[in-house]
Amino acid sequence: MKKLFLLLLGCGFSTIAITDEFTQQDVNRWQAQFEQVASEGRALWISADLGKNGVACAQCHPNAADTHPETYPKFQKQLGRVVQIWEMINWCIRNPLEGNVLAADDPDMIALQAYIYKERRGVALEPGKH
Amino acid sequence: MTTNRRDFLRQAGAGMVAGMLPMSMVKLSFADQQQDFFFAYISDAHIQHIKGNQFVRNWDQGLIRAVAETNLLEPKPDFVVFGGDLAQLGTKPELDHGAEILSGLKYKTYAVMGEHDYYLDLGDYWSELYGDQYYSFDHKGVHFIVLNSILTYDDWTFERWPTAEQRMLEMAGLDNPNGSPFMVGDKQLKWLENDLSKVKKSTPVVVLSHSPLQKIYRGWNFWTEEAEQVQKLLKPFKSANVIYGHVHQIQYNQIDNIAFTSVMATAWPWPYPASYAQAESHLPMLTVPINRADPFNERDATGWQFINMHSGRMDMHFNLYDNANRTVAFNRERNRPEDIKYQPQSHRIPPQQHY
Repeated sequence: MKKLFLLLLGCGFSTIAITDEFTQQDVNRWQAQFEQVASEGRALWISADLGKNGVACAQCHPNAADTHPETYPKFQKQLGRVVQIWEMINWCIRNPLEGNVLAADDPDMIALQAYIYKERRGVALEPGKH
Repeated sequence: MTTNRRDFLRQAGAGMVAGMLPMSMVKLSFADQQQDFFFAYISDAHIQHIKGNQFVRNWDQGLIRAVAETNLLEPKPDFVVFGGDLAQLGTKPELDHGAEILSGLKYKTYAVMGEHDYYLDLGDYWSELYGDQYYSFDHKGVHFIVLNSILTYDDWTFERWPTAEQRMLEMAGLDNPNGSPFMVGDKQLKWLENDLSKVKKSTPVVVLSHSPLQKIYRGWNFWTEEAEQVQKLLKPFKSANVIYGHVHQIQYNQIDNIAFTSVMATAWPWPYPASYAQAESHLPMLTVPINRADPFNERDATGWQFINMHSGRMDMHFNLYDNANRTVAFNRERNRPEDIKYQPQSHRIPPQQHY
């Protein structure tokens, strides 16, 4: 035990897991978690059941285009204040989809955002941009 | 039910007269006056059935308004074209409901097939309502051709899907990777070649199709697989014109002697393909994009068109609800369609910047 302690002190590395250390396997697993949630988001995006009139997000926003997640938070002139994108998603659910809004931390809301952001990957952040 | 709906249409029409019709058309005089006339173009209504007698109100309103306003045109258009996608999922209730609204038009109406009308029963019910899926007609010295340009590979249509309903749903999703590119098909290409062979090369030709007959972005089917072949058939004509729907946005282009202009949807606008960050697209360079839509106004960036044909070319007037009206007119000096207000780069305004 004492030897092991000295060994750790001595070289600073070991095969024992340290909290800030992760492997490629971990990265793959976490990425897969994200992909899973994003694909649930895609399923909701094209679903006739997210709202109540059969209209799906994808009807107006193919590949989540024209949603501009990189520009939030921003002043949404129609709401008269700076909002996050989930508030705009709820606006769409309530109006064109004639449905019930989701809580900010609802897993469906997280999934919708995961999908939107995934389709917009690689675009530089521009908070506030109109 | 029918009477009520008619009354509603009448009221909707009457309510709109006050102060909002922008149309004051000046009849242009050109050399060949027999070829000067007006027609109107309504497209992409996407009438969507919810259940029973319920339909999505938003899309209904777009078409009702287009019909009401078209009926108020002065001078009267010679005819109206409906450019396809009357229905959302091709069902009888949707086509019937859409056809009932369209039947309020006081003019002869020609219909073009859209993919949303077709892929449930391969156009059977649509044909009961509107007749042939492709045909031609002559009007005041101009040869009009209507194509069914939303066909696709036989394997996709006949072998791929377990049910007709699934086939319809797969084609209805614009961004669905299981979709298939639009085609005119060999049979229709032969028909087109034969039809055009009887037309003098000096006769103006106008092709009405649902898909663009040019290749813009395959991922959303802003695309026709045999675009080059169709263009080759049109190239020998002095004045060839193509009007297409499907894209729900302003696009225009000139390829050789062929002037292309899209029409708007009455249902909802679509983003320009360039705004999808993960794909490359080829928006025709001439196009000045529509002013960005305000999503909080459900009719914004939807609308309909009136078109004046003169000496074989056309000026397309976009009558856009709650958005700046636009006119894309054929510029004879530069031999291409141009926006009469915004075409020079220096004349464009911030809302025309899409990203």
